[in-house]
Amino acid sequence: MTALAVRDLQKSFGGLRVTQQIHLEIAPGERRLIIGPNGAGKTTLFNLIAGDLRPDGGSIALFGQPITRLPARARAHLGLARTYQIITLFPKDTLLRNVTLSLLGLSRLRWNPLARLDRQAHLIAQAESALARVGLGAMAHRSLAETSYGERRRVEIAMALAQNPRVLLLDEPFAGLSIDERGEVKALLAAIPRDITIVMIEHDMDVALDFADRISVMHFGAIAVEGTRAEVVADPRTKEIYLGE
Amino acid sequence: MNARQGAFQGAFRGTFAVALLLVASVPLWVPGSYYISVASEVLIYAIFTLSVDLLIGYAGLVSLGHGGLFSLAAYTVAVCLGAGFGHFSAILLAIAITLAGTAVFAALSLRTTGVGFIMITLALGQIMWGLAYRWVGLTGGDNGISVASRPAPFGVTLATPAHFYDATLIVFALCLFAYWMFVNSAFGASLKGTRDQPRRMSALGYDVWLIRFCAFMFSGFLAAVAGILFAYRAEFISPPTAALTASAEPVLMAISGGSGTILGPVVGALLVEIVKNVASAYISRWNMMLGAIFVLIVMFMPEGLVPGTARLVRRLRARRSKAPAT
Repeated sequence: MTALAVRDLQKSFGGLRVTQQIHLEIAPGERRLIIGPNGAGKTTLFNLIAGDLRPDGGSIALFGQPITRLPARARAHLGLARTYQIITLFPKDTLLRNVTLSLLGLSRLRWNPLARLDRQAHLIAQAESALARVGLGAMAHRSLAETSYGERRRVEIAMALAQNPRVLLLDEPFAGLSIDERGEVKALLAAIPRDITIVMIEHDMDVALDFADRISVMHFGAIAVEGTRAEVVADPRTKEIYLGE
Repeated sequence: MNARQGAFQGAFRGTFAVALLLVASVPLWVPGSYYISVASEVLIYAIFTLSVDLLIGYAGLVSLGHGGLFSLAAYTVAVCLGAGFGHFSAILLAIAITLAGTAVFAALSLRTTGVGFIMITLALGQIMWGLAYRWVGLTGGDNGISVASRPAPFGVTLATPAHFYDATLIVFALCLFAYWMFVNSAFGASLKGTRDQPRRMSALGYDVWLIRFCAFMFSGFLAAVAGILFAYRAEFISPPTAALTASAEPVLMAISGGSGTILGPVVGALLVEIVKNVASAYISRWNMMLGAIFVLIVMFMPEGLVPGTARLVRRLRARRSKAPAT
Protein backbone atom coordinates (compact mmCIF):
# COMPACT_ATOMS: atom_id res chain seq x y z
CA MET A 1 0.00 0.00 0.00
CA THR A 2 1.23 3.49 -0.80
CA ALA A 3 1.21 6.21 1.85
CA LEU A 4 0.13 8.81 -0.67
CA ALA A 5 -1.16 8.07 -4.16
CA VAL A 6 -1.91 10.89 -6.59
CA ARG A 7 -3.37 9.91 -9.93
CA ASP A 8 -3.99 12.11 -13.01
CA LEU A 9 -4.41 15.19 -10.84
CA GLN A 10 -5.49 18.29 -12.76
CA LYS A 11 -6.11 21.86 -11.78
CA SER A 12 -6.66 25.00 -13.83
CA PHE A 13 -7.08 28.63 -12.79
CA GLY A 14 -9.22 29.97 -15.60
CA GLY A 15 -7.38 29.16 -18.81
CA LEU A 16 -4.10 28.41 -17.05
CA ARG A 17 -3.45 24.73 -16.39
CA VAL A 18 -1.30 24.70 -13.26
CA THR A 19 -1.15 20.94 -12.76
CA GLN A 20 -1.77 18.36 -15.45
CA GLN A 21 -1.95 14.58 -15.20
CA ILE A 22 0.20 14.47 -12.08
CA HIS A 23 0.98 10.95 -10.99
CA LEU A 24 2.81 10.28 -7.71
CA GLU A 25 3.15 7.16 -5.60
CA ILE A 26 4.92 7.61 -2.30
CA ALA A 27 5.75 4.60 -0.14
CA PRO A 28 5.24 4.55 3.64
CA GLY A 29 8.22 6.07 5.43
CA GLU A 30 9.66 7.48 2.20
CA ARG A 31 11.31 10.88 2.03
CA ARG A 32 10.24 12.43 -1.27
CA LEU A 33 11.63 15.69 -2.54
CA ILE A 34 9.71 17.74 -5.07
CA ILE A 35 11.76 20.27 -6.98
CA GLY A 36 11.20 22.46 -9.98
CA PRO A 37 11.52 26.05 -11.15
CA ASN A 38 9.27 28.80 -9.79
CA GLY A 39 5.75 28.46 -11.18
CA ALA A 40 6.11 24.73 -11.84
CA GLY A 41 3.01 24.02 -9.68
CA LYS A 42 4.69 22.55 -6.60
CA THR A 43 2.76 24.53 -3.98
CA THR A 44 -0.45 24.08 -5.95
CA LEU A 45 0.17 20.33 -5.78
CA PHE A 46 0.55 20.60 -1.98
CA ASN A 47 -2.62 22.69 -1.76
CA LEU A 48 -4.47 20.02 -3.73
CA ILE A 49 -3.13 17.19 -1.56
CA ALA A 50 -3.86 19.08 1.70
CA GLY A 51 -7.38 20.04 0.56
CA ASP A 52 -6.89 23.80 0.35
CA LEU A 53 -7.80 23.56 -3.34
CA ARG A 54 -10.24 21.25 -5.13
CA PRO A 55 -8.88 19.44 -8.17
CA ASP A 56 -10.65 19.58 -11.52
CA GLY A 57 -9.88 15.92 -12.12
CA GLY A 58 -7.91 12.96 -10.83
CA SER A 59 -7.75 11.37 -7.41
CA ILE A 60 -5.76 11.41 -4.17
CA ALA A 61 -5.58 8.54 -1.68
CA LEU A 62 -4.01 8.45 1.77
CA PHE A 63 -2.99 4.93 2.77
CA GLY A 64 -5.55 3.57 0.29
CA GLN A 65 -8.39 5.80 1.48
CA PRO A 66 -9.75 8.22 -1.15
CA ILE A 67 -9.53 11.79 0.15
CA THR A 68 -10.09 13.75 -3.07
CA ARG A 69 -13.48 15.10 -2.00
CA LEU A 70 -12.67 15.50 1.69
CA PRO A 71 -12.17 19.00 3.16
CA ALA A 72 -8.77 19.95 4.59
CA ARG A 73 -9.93 19.44 8.19
CA ALA A 74 -10.97 15.83 7.51
CA ARG A 75 -7.58 15.11 5.91
CA ALA A 76 -5.89 16.41 9.06
CA HIS A 77 -7.93 13.93 11.10
CA LEU A 78 -6.76 11.13 8.79
CA GLY A 79 -3.11 11.91 9.50
CA LEU A 80 -2.09 14.52 6.93
CA ALA A 81 -0.19 17.52 8.27
CA ARG A 82 1.53 20.36 6.46
CA THR A 83 3.67 23.45 6.83
CA TYR A 84 3.38 26.51 4.62
CA GLN A 85 5.84 28.27 2.34
CA ILE A 86 4.81 31.57 3.99
CA ILE A 87 4.82 30.91 7.72
CA THR A 88 1.24 30.78 8.98
CA LEU A 89 1.11 30.92 12.77
CA PHE A 90 -0.76 32.76 15.53
CA PRO A 91 1.42 35.83 16.13
CA LYS A 92 -0.39 37.16 19.21
CA ASP A 93 0.05 33.90 21.12
CA THR A 94 2.95 32.17 22.83
CA LEU A 95 4.81 29.27 21.25
CA LEU A 96 3.10 26.93 23.71
CA ARG A 97 -0.34 28.22 22.76
CA ASN A 98 0.44 27.76 19.05
CA VAL A 99 1.34 24.12 19.55
CA THR A 100 -1.58 23.56 21.98
CA LEU A 101 -3.94 24.85 19.27
CA SER A 102 -2.46 22.29 16.92
CA LEU A 103 -3.15 19.49 19.39
CA LEU A 104 -6.62 20.84 20.16
CA GLY A 105 -7.52 20.57 16.46
CA LEU A 106 -7.59 16.78 16.69
CA SER A 107 -9.21 16.67 20.12
CA ARG A 108 -12.95 16.64 20.83
CA LEU A 109 -12.20 19.22 23.47
CA ARG A 110 -12.15 21.86 20.73
CA TRP A 111 -15.97 21.98 20.91
CA ASN A 112 -16.10 22.36 24.67
CA PRO A 113 -17.31 25.84 25.76
CA LEU A 114 -16.87 25.05 29.46
CA ALA A 115 -13.36 23.57 29.74
CA ARG A 116 -10.60 26.16 30.07
CA LEU A 117 -7.75 25.50 27.65
CA ASP A 118 -5.06 26.68 30.07
CA ARG A 119 -6.16 23.96 32.52
CA GLN A 120 -5.79 21.04 30.08
CA ALA A 121 -2.61 19.65 31.63
CA HIS A 122 -2.30 16.70 29.23
CA LEU A 123 -2.51 18.93 26.13
CA ILE A 124 -0.05 21.41 27.59
CA ALA A 125 2.40 18.63 28.51
CA GLN A 126 2.20 17.26 24.95
CA ALA A 127 2.74 20.74 23.53
CA GLU A 128 5.77 21.29 25.76
CA SER A 129 7.16 17.96 24.66
CA ALA A 130 6.64 18.88 20.97
CA LEU A 131 8.46 22.17 21.50
CA ALA A 132 11.30 20.40 23.32
CA ARG A 133 11.56 18.04 20.34
CA VAL A 134 12.38 20.97 18.05
CA GLY A 135 14.71 22.57 20.61
CA LEU A 136 12.33 25.33 21.71
CA GLY A 137 11.32 23.93 25.09
CA ALA A 138 12.91 26.79 27.00
CA MET A 139 11.02 29.37 24.92
CA ALA A 140 7.56 27.84 25.35
CA HIS A 141 6.08 30.86 27.14
CA ARG A 142 7.63 33.46 24.85
CA SER A 143 5.32 35.36 22.50
CA LEU A 144 5.67 34.33 18.87
CA ALA A 145 6.24 38.00 18.01
CA GLU A 146 9.51 37.84 19.98
CA THR A 147 11.00 34.95 18.01
CA SER A 148 13.28 34.82 14.99
CA TYR A 149 12.26 33.58 11.55
CA GLY A 150 14.14 30.34 12.04
CA GLU A 151 12.45 29.71 15.38
CA ARG A 152 9.06 30.24 13.75
CA ARG A 153 9.94 27.64 11.11
CA ARG A 154 10.66 25.23 13.93
CA VAL A 155 7.36 26.10 15.64
CA GLU A 156 5.58 25.23 12.39
CA ILE A 157 7.32 21.87 12.32
CA ALA A 158 6.53 21.32 16.02
CA MET A 159 2.86 22.02 15.32
CA ALA A 160 2.83 19.51 12.49
CA LEU A 161 4.71 16.84 14.47
CA ALA A 162 2.50 17.38 17.55
CA GLN A 163 -0.41 16.03 15.52
CA ASN A 164 1.51 12.76 15.09
CA PRO A 165 0.82 12.68 11.34
CA ARG A 166 1.23 9.73 9.01
CA VAL A 167 2.16 11.95 6.08
CA LEU A 168 3.89 15.30 6.52
CA LEU A 169 4.00 17.89 3.72
CA LEU A 170 6.84 20.42 4.14
CA ASP A 171 6.66 23.43 1.84
CA GLU A 172 10.15 24.96 1.61
CA PRO A 173 11.13 24.44 5.28
CA PHE A 174 14.59 25.95 4.68
CA ALA A 175 13.38 29.11 2.92
CA GLY A 176 14.71 32.32 4.47
CA LEU A 177 16.90 30.54 7.04
CA SER A 178 20.52 31.34 7.82
CA ILE A 179 23.21 28.68 7.32
CA ASP A 180 23.19 27.80 11.02
CA GLU A 181 19.40 27.63 11.13
CA ARG A 182 19.39 25.40 8.05
CA GLY A 183 21.68 23.00 9.82
CA GLU A 184 19.37 22.93 12.85
CA VAL A 185 16.24 22.31 10.78
CA LYS A 186 18.06 19.67 8.72
CA ALA A 187 19.03 17.80 11.90
CA LEU A 188 15.49 18.15 13.16
CA LEU A 189 14.02 16.65 9.98
CA ALA A 190 16.59 13.85 9.96
CA ALA A 191 15.45 12.89 13.48
CA ILE A 192 11.81 12.38 12.45
CA PRO A 193 11.09 8.64 12.69
CA ARG A 194 10.39 6.63 9.56
CA ASP A 195 6.77 5.94 10.54
CA ILE A 196 6.10 9.44 9.25
CA THR A 197 6.22 9.76 5.48
CA ILE A 198 7.62 13.12 4.38
CA VAL A 199 7.04 14.97 1.12
CA MET A 200 9.09 18.13 0.85
CA ILE A 201 9.29 21.00 -1.61
CA GLU A 202 12.67 22.69 -1.49
CA HIS A 203 14.88 24.89 -3.64
CA ASP A 204 18.04 24.49 -1.58
CA MET A 205 19.60 21.43 -3.21
CA ASP A 206 22.57 21.35 -0.80
CA VAL A 207 20.37 20.43 2.13
CA ALA A 208 17.47 18.77 0.34
CA LEU A 209 19.18 16.23 -1.92
CA ASP A 210 20.80 14.42 1.02
CA PHE A 211 17.45 14.13 2.71
CA ALA A 212 15.47 12.51 -0.12
CA ASP A 213 15.02 8.84 -0.99
CA ARG A 214 13.45 9.79 -4.29
CA ILE A 215 13.05 13.04 -6.17
CA SER A 216 10.29 14.30 -8.47
CA VAL A 217 11.08 17.20 -10.79
CA MET A 218 8.06 19.30 -11.74
CA HIS A 219 7.87 21.46 -14.83
CA PHE A 220 4.86 23.30 -16.27
CA GLY A 221 2.50 21.53 -13.84
CA ALA A 222 3.64 17.99 -14.64
CA ILE A 223 6.16 15.52 -13.23
CA ALA A 224 8.97 15.68 -15.79
CA VAL A 225 11.55 13.44 -14.10
CA GLU A 226 11.35 11.02 -11.22
CA GLY A 227 13.85 8.72 -9.58
CA THR A 228 16.68 8.43 -7.10
CA ARG A 229 19.12 11.29 -6.62
CA ALA A 230 21.59 9.76 -9.05
CA GLU A 231 18.91 9.07 -11.67
CA VAL A 232 17.49 12.59 -11.48
CA VAL A 233 20.89 14.27 -11.60
CA ALA A 234 21.92 12.11 -14.57
CA ASP A 235 18.73 12.73 -16.52
CA PRO A 236 19.35 15.36 -19.27
CA ARG A 237 15.80 16.69 -18.82
CA THR A 238 16.72 17.93 -15.32
CA LYS A 239 19.52 20.09 -16.75
CA GLU A 240 17.20 21.23 -19.50
CA ILE A 241 14.54 22.32 -17.00
CA TYR A 242 16.97 24.19 -14.76
CA LEU A 243 19.50 25.50 -17.29
CA GLY A 244 17.60 25.53 -20.59
CA GLU A 245 18.64 23.81 -23.74
CA MET B 1 5.92 39.15 43.15
CA ASN B 2 7.61 42.28 44.47
CA ALA B 3 6.07 44.79 46.86
CA ARG B 4 5.18 47.21 44.06
CA GLN B 5 3.34 44.52 42.05
CA GLY B 6 1.55 43.41 45.20
CA ALA B 7 0.46 46.97 45.89
CA PHE B 8 -0.80 47.30 42.31
CA GLN B 9 -2.82 44.09 42.53
CA GLY B 10 -4.21 45.22 45.85
CA ALA B 11 -5.24 48.55 44.33
CA PHE B 12 -6.86 46.76 41.37
CA ARG B 13 -8.82 44.42 43.63
CA GLY B 14 -9.87 47.34 45.80
CA THR B 15 -11.09 49.34 42.77
CA PHE B 16 -12.94 46.29 41.45
CA ALA B 17 -14.64 45.70 44.82
CA VAL B 18 -15.72 49.35 45.04
CA ALA B 19 -17.04 49.24 41.45
CA LEU B 20 -18.98 46.06 42.23
CA LEU B 21 -20.46 47.63 45.34
CA LEU B 22 -21.44 50.78 43.41
CA VAL B 23 -23.11 48.77 40.63
CA ALA B 24 -24.99 46.56 43.09
CA SER B 25 -26.24 49.53 45.11
CA VAL B 26 -27.36 51.77 42.22
CA PRO B 27 -30.98 52.01 43.44
CA LEU B 28 -29.72 53.29 46.80
CA TRP B 29 -27.58 56.17 45.60
CA VAL B 30 -28.84 57.10 42.12
CA PRO B 31 -31.33 59.97 42.39
CA GLY B 32 -34.78 59.33 40.90
CA SER B 33 -36.37 56.46 39.03
CA TYR B 34 -35.35 57.86 35.62
CA TYR B 35 -31.67 57.39 36.32
CA ILE B 36 -32.24 53.93 37.79
CA SER B 37 -34.01 53.08 34.56
CA VAL B 38 -31.02 54.46 32.61
CA ALA B 39 -28.76 52.20 34.68
CA SER B 40 -30.91 49.22 33.64
CA GLU B 41 -30.57 50.33 30.02
CA VAL B 42 -26.78 50.48 30.40
CA LEU B 43 -26.77 46.85 31.56
CA ILE B 44 -29.12 45.77 28.75
CA TYR B 45 -26.93 47.46 26.13
CA ALA B 46 -23.85 45.95 27.77
CA ILE B 47 -25.34 42.47 27.16
CA PHE B 48 -26.22 43.47 23.59
CA THR B 49 -22.72 44.83 22.99
CA LEU B 50 -21.16 41.64 24.38
CA SER B 51 -23.31 39.75 21.89
CA VAL B 52 -22.05 41.83 18.95
CA ASP B 53 -18.45 41.84 20.20
CA LEU B 54 -18.36 38.05 20.43
CA LEU B 55 -18.35 38.14 16.63
CA ILE B 56 -16.20 41.26 16.17
CA GLY B 57 -13.58 40.63 18.85
CA TYR B 58 -13.33 36.86 18.87
CA ALA B 59 -14.40 35.77 15.39
CA GLY B 60 -13.29 38.79 13.33
CA LEU B 61 -16.80 39.23 11.90
CA VAL B 62 -18.47 42.65 12.00
CA SER B 63 -22.24 42.32 12.08
CA LEU B 64 -24.47 45.25 11.15
CA GLY B 65 -27.64 43.19 11.52
CA HIS B 66 -27.82 42.38 15.22
CA GLY B 67 -30.48 45.04 15.73
CA GLY B 68 -32.71 42.67 13.75
CA LEU B 69 -32.12 39.84 16.25
CA PHE B 70 -32.46 42.17 19.25
CA SER B 71 -35.78 43.51 17.97
CA LEU B 72 -36.98 40.02 16.96
CA ALA B 73 -36.76 38.96 20.62
CA ALA B 74 -38.35 42.21 21.83
CA TYR B 75 -41.23 42.01 19.33
CA THR B 76 -41.81 38.32 20.07
CA VAL B 77 -42.23 39.01 23.78
CA ALA B 78 -44.55 41.95 23.09
CA VAL B 79 -46.65 40.03 20.54
CA CYS B 80 -46.88 36.90 22.72
CA LEU B 81 -47.92 38.89 25.78
CA GLY B 82 -50.48 40.72 23.65
CA ALA B 83 -51.80 37.35 22.47
CA GLY B 84 -52.35 36.25 26.08
CA PHE B 85 -49.24 34.13 26.70
CA GLY B 86 -47.72 34.09 30.16
CA HIS B 87 -44.34 35.72 30.77
CA PHE B 88 -42.47 32.42 31.02
CA SER B 89 -43.89 31.15 27.69
CA ALA B 90 -43.35 34.51 26.01
CA ILE B 91 -39.69 34.62 27.11
CA LEU B 92 -39.04 31.02 26.04
CA LEU B 93 -40.71 31.63 22.68
CA ALA B 94 -38.73 34.84 22.20
CA ILE B 95 -35.46 32.99 22.80
CA ALA B 96 -36.46 30.07 20.56
CA ILE B 97 -37.63 32.30 17.69
CA THR B 98 -34.57 34.55 17.95
CA LEU B 99 -32.30 31.49 17.89
CA ALA B 100 -34.14 30.27 14.77
CA GLY B 101 -33.65 33.74 13.25
CA THR B 102 -29.99 33.68 14.27
CA ALA B 103 -29.53 30.33 12.53
CA VAL B 104 -30.93 31.85 9.31
CA PHE B 105 -28.74 34.96 9.70
CA ALA B 106 -25.67 32.79 10.32
CA ALA B 107 -26.35 30.32 7.53
CA LEU B 108 -26.70 33.16 5.01
CA SER B 109 -23.98 35.51 6.20
CA LEU B 110 -21.26 32.96 7.00
CA ARG B 111 -21.00 32.09 3.33
CA THR B 112 -18.49 34.92 3.27
CA THR B 113 -16.33 37.09 5.54
CA GLY B 114 -15.08 40.70 5.54
CA VAL B 115 -17.13 43.27 3.65
CA GLY B 116 -19.40 40.56 2.23
CA PHE B 117 -20.36 39.48 5.75
CA ILE B 118 -21.04 43.08 6.78
CA MET B 119 -23.27 43.66 3.75
CA ILE B 120 -25.29 40.46 4.21
CA THR B 121 -25.90 41.11 7.92
CA LEU B 122 -26.80 44.72 7.08
CA ALA B 123 -29.33 43.50 4.50
CA LEU B 124 -30.81 40.95 6.91
CA GLY B 125 -31.11 43.59 9.64
CA GLN B 126 -32.86 45.90 7.19
CA ILE B 127 -35.30 43.11 6.28
CA MET B 128 -36.20 42.83 9.97
CA TRP B 129 -36.64 46.60 10.15
CA GLY B 130 -38.84 46.47 7.01
CA LEU B 131 -40.98 43.74 8.55
CA ALA B 132 -41.34 45.69 11.81
CA TYR B 133 -42.32 48.79 9.86
CA ARG B 134 -44.63 47.29 7.23
CA TRP B 135 -46.20 44.22 8.85
CA VAL B 136 -48.68 46.46 10.65
CA GLY B 137 -51.09 43.64 11.57
CA LEU B 138 -48.44 41.94 13.70
CA THR B 139 -46.10 44.71 14.80
CA GLY B 140 -48.38 47.74 14.89
CA GLY B 141 -46.13 49.38 12.27
CA ASP B 142 -44.98 52.88 13.18
CA ASN B 143 -47.20 52.88 16.28
CA GLY B 144 -45.34 49.95 17.80
CA ILE B 145 -46.68 47.60 20.49
CA SER B 146 -46.97 48.14 24.21
CA VAL B 147 -45.84 45.48 26.65
CA ALA B 148 -48.77 44.92 28.99
CA SER B 149 -46.89 44.08 32.19
CA ARG B 150 -43.58 43.02 33.68
CA PRO B 151 -43.07 39.56 35.17
CA ALA B 152 -42.97 38.85 38.91
CA PRO B 153 -40.41 36.05 39.38
CA PHE B 154 -40.75 34.24 42.74
CA GLY B 155 -43.48 36.68 43.67
CA VAL B 156 -41.20 39.73 43.38
CA THR B 157 -42.78 42.32 41.14
CA LEU B 158 -40.43 44.04 38.67
CA ALA B 159 -42.81 46.94 38.19
CA THR B 160 -40.59 49.41 40.07
CA PRO B 161 -37.36 50.67 38.43
CA ALA B 162 -35.31 49.55 41.44
CA HIS B 163 -36.58 45.96 41.34
CA PHE B 164 -36.25 45.85 37.56
CA TYR B 165 -32.67 47.07 37.88
CA ASP B 166 -31.88 44.31 40.41
CA ALA B 167 -33.33 41.64 38.11
CA THR B 168 -31.43 43.07 35.12
CA LEU B 169 -28.22 43.10 37.16
CA ILE B 170 -28.64 39.39 38.00
CA VAL B 171 -29.24 38.52 34.34
CA PHE B 172 -26.28 40.70 33.32
CA ALA B 173 -24.00 38.98 35.86
CA LEU B 174 -25.07 35.54 34.59
CA CYS B 175 -24.50 36.60 30.96
CA LEU B 176 -21.10 38.09 31.81
CA PHE B 177 -20.03 34.90 33.60
CA ALA B 178 -21.25 32.70 30.71
CA TYR B 179 -19.42 34.98 28.26
CA TRP B 180 -16.21 34.84 30.29
CA MET B 181 -16.43 31.04 30.41
CA PHE B 182 -17.13 30.88 26.69
CA VAL B 183 -14.26 33.05 25.47
CA ASN B 184 -11.73 31.45 27.83
CA SER B 185 -12.78 27.90 26.98
CA ALA B 186 -11.22 25.48 24.55
CA PHE B 187 -13.99 26.44 22.13
CA GLY B 188 -13.13 30.12 22.65
CA ALA B 189 -9.52 29.32 21.73
CA SER B 190 -10.77 27.59 18.56
CA LEU B 191 -12.89 30.65 17.76
CA LYS B 192 -9.96 33.05 18.18
CA GLY B 193 -7.89 30.78 15.97
CA THR B 194 -10.46 31.06 13.18
CA ARG B 195 -10.27 34.84 13.55
CA ASP B 196 -6.46 34.93 13.19
CA GLN B 197 -5.68 32.11 10.73
CA PRO B 198 -8.77 30.42 9.27
CA ARG B 199 -6.81 28.53 6.60
CA ARG B 200 -4.29 27.21 9.11
CA MET B 201 -7.12 26.22 11.47
CA SER B 202 -8.74 24.19 8.73
CA ALA B 203 -5.43 22.42 8.05
CA LEU B 204 -5.17 21.67 11.78
CA GLY B 205 -8.52 19.84 11.74
CA TYR B 206 -10.97 22.57 12.79
CA ASP B 207 -14.33 23.06 11.10
CA VAL B 208 -14.03 26.83 10.67
CA TRP B 209 -17.59 27.35 9.39
CA LEU B 210 -19.22 25.35 12.18
CA ILE B 211 -17.15 27.09 14.87
CA ARG B 212 -18.27 30.46 13.53
CA PHE B 213 -21.87 29.22 13.31
CA CYS B 214 -21.85 28.10 16.98
CA ALA B 215 -20.38 31.45 18.04
CA PHE B 216 -23.08 33.24 16.04
CA MET B 217 -25.74 31.19 17.86
CA PHE B 218 -24.38 32.17 21.28
CA SER B 219 -24.20 35.76 20.10
CA GLY B 220 -27.86 35.50 18.98
CA PHE B 221 -28.80 34.09 22.38
CA LEU B 222 -27.26 37.09 24.15
CA ALA B 223 -28.98 39.47 21.70
CA ALA B 224 -32.28 37.71 22.53
CA VAL B 225 -31.73 38.15 26.29
CA ALA B 226 -30.94 41.85 25.76
CA GLY B 227 -33.97 42.29 23.47
CA ILE B 228 -36.33 40.70 26.00
CA LEU B 229 -35.02 42.88 28.82
CA PHE B 230 -35.31 45.93 26.56
CA ALA B 231 -38.97 45.20 25.79
CA TYR B 232 -39.76 44.83 29.49
CA ARG B 233 -37.81 47.93 30.50
CA ALA B 234 -39.32 50.24 27.89
CA GLU B 235 -42.71 48.44 28.00
CA PHE B 236 -42.90 49.38 24.34
CA ILE B 237 -41.31 48.31 21.10
CA SER B 238 -41.32 50.07 17.71
CA PRO B 239 -39.39 49.91 14.37
CA PRO B 240 -36.42 52.16 15.38
CA THR B 241 -35.30 49.25 17.62
CA ALA B 242 -34.62 47.29 14.44
CA ALA B 243 -33.14 50.17 12.43
CA LEU B 244 -29.56 50.35 11.17
CA THR B 245 -28.64 52.75 14.02
CA ALA B 246 -29.65 50.06 16.52
CA SER B 247 -27.23 47.65 14.87
CA ALA B 248 -24.41 50.17 14.47
CA GLU B 249 -24.57 51.44 18.07
CA PRO B 250 -23.28 48.25 19.75
CA VAL B 251 -20.50 48.05 17.15
CA LEU B 252 -19.38 51.56 18.17
CA MET B 253 -19.79 50.67 21.85
CA ALA B 254 -17.60 47.58 21.43
CA ILE B 255 -14.89 49.39 19.47
CA SER B 256 -14.80 52.38 21.83
CA GLY B 257 -14.68 50.22 24.96
CA GLY B 258 -12.20 47.71 23.58
CA SER B 259 -13.16 44.91 21.23
CA GLY B 260 -12.10 41.39 22.17
CA THR B 261 -12.10 42.10 25.90
CA ILE B 262 -14.68 41.24 28.56
CA LEU B 263 -14.96 44.70 30.13
CA GLY B 264 -14.55 46.73 26.93
CA PRO B 265 -18.11 46.28 25.64
CA VAL B 266 -19.49 47.05 29.12
CA VAL B 267 -17.49 50.28 29.37
CA GLY B 268 -18.45 51.20 25.78
CA ALA B 269 -22.14 50.69 26.57
CA LEU B 270 -21.79 52.77 29.76
CA LEU B 271 -20.13 55.63 27.86
CA VAL B 272 -22.66 55.80 25.02
CA GLU B 273 -25.72 55.36 27.22
CA ILE B 274 -24.58 58.06 29.66
CA VAL B 275 -23.96 60.53 26.85
CA LYS B 276 -27.26 59.57 25.20
CA ASN B 277 -29.46 59.66 28.30
CA VAL B 278 -27.69 61.91 30.81
CA ALA B 279 -25.45 64.37 28.97
CA SER B 280 -28.18 64.94 26.38
CA ALA B 281 -30.27 66.61 29.10
CA TYR B 282 -27.64 69.35 29.37
CA ILE B 283 -26.07 69.46 25.90
CA SER B 284 -28.35 69.87 22.91
CA ARG B 285 -25.68 68.75 20.44
CA TRP B 286 -24.89 65.54 22.33
CA ASN B 287 -24.58 63.60 19.06
CA MET B 288 -21.69 65.85 18.08
CA MET B 289 -20.14 65.36 21.49
CA LEU B 290 -20.41 61.58 21.15
CA GLY B 291 -18.81 61.77 17.71
CA ALA B 292 -15.95 63.85 19.13
CA ILE B 293 -15.44 61.30 21.92
CA PHE B 294 -15.23 58.48 19.35
CA VAL B 295 -12.68 60.46 17.32
CA LEU B 296 -10.57 61.08 20.44
CA ILE B 297 -10.70 57.41 21.40
CA VAL B 298 -9.65 56.33 17.91
CA MET B 299 -6.81 58.89 17.93
CA PHE B 300 -5.39 58.25 21.39
CA MET B 301 -6.59 54.76 22.31
CA PRO B 302 -7.26 52.97 19.01
CA GLU B 303 -7.51 49.65 20.83
CA GLY B 304 -10.40 51.02 22.96
CA LEU B 305 -10.75 52.49 26.43
CA VAL B 306 -10.14 49.34 28.50
CA PRO B 307 -7.03 48.02 26.71
CA GLY B 308 -5.83 51.61 26.21
CA THR B 309 -6.08 52.36 29.93
CA ALA B 310 -4.33 49.06 30.71
CA ARG B 311 -1.54 50.10 28.34
CA LEU B 312 -1.16 53.46 30.07
CA VAL B 313 -1.08 51.81 33.51
CA ARG B 314 1.58 49.35 32.30
CA ARG B 315 3.67 52.20 30.93
CA LEU B 316 3.31 54.13 34.17
CA ARG B 317 4.33 51.10 36.21
CA ALA B 318 7.32 50.47 33.96
CA ARG B 319 8.40 54.10 34.32
CA ARG B 320 8.04 53.95 38.10
CA SER B 321 9.98 50.71 38.36
CA LYS B 322 12.80 52.24 36.29
CA ALA B 323 12.94 55.38 38.43
CA PRO B 324 15.98 55.35 40.75
CA ALA B 325 15.18 54.86 44.42
CA THR B 326 15.66 58.02 46.47
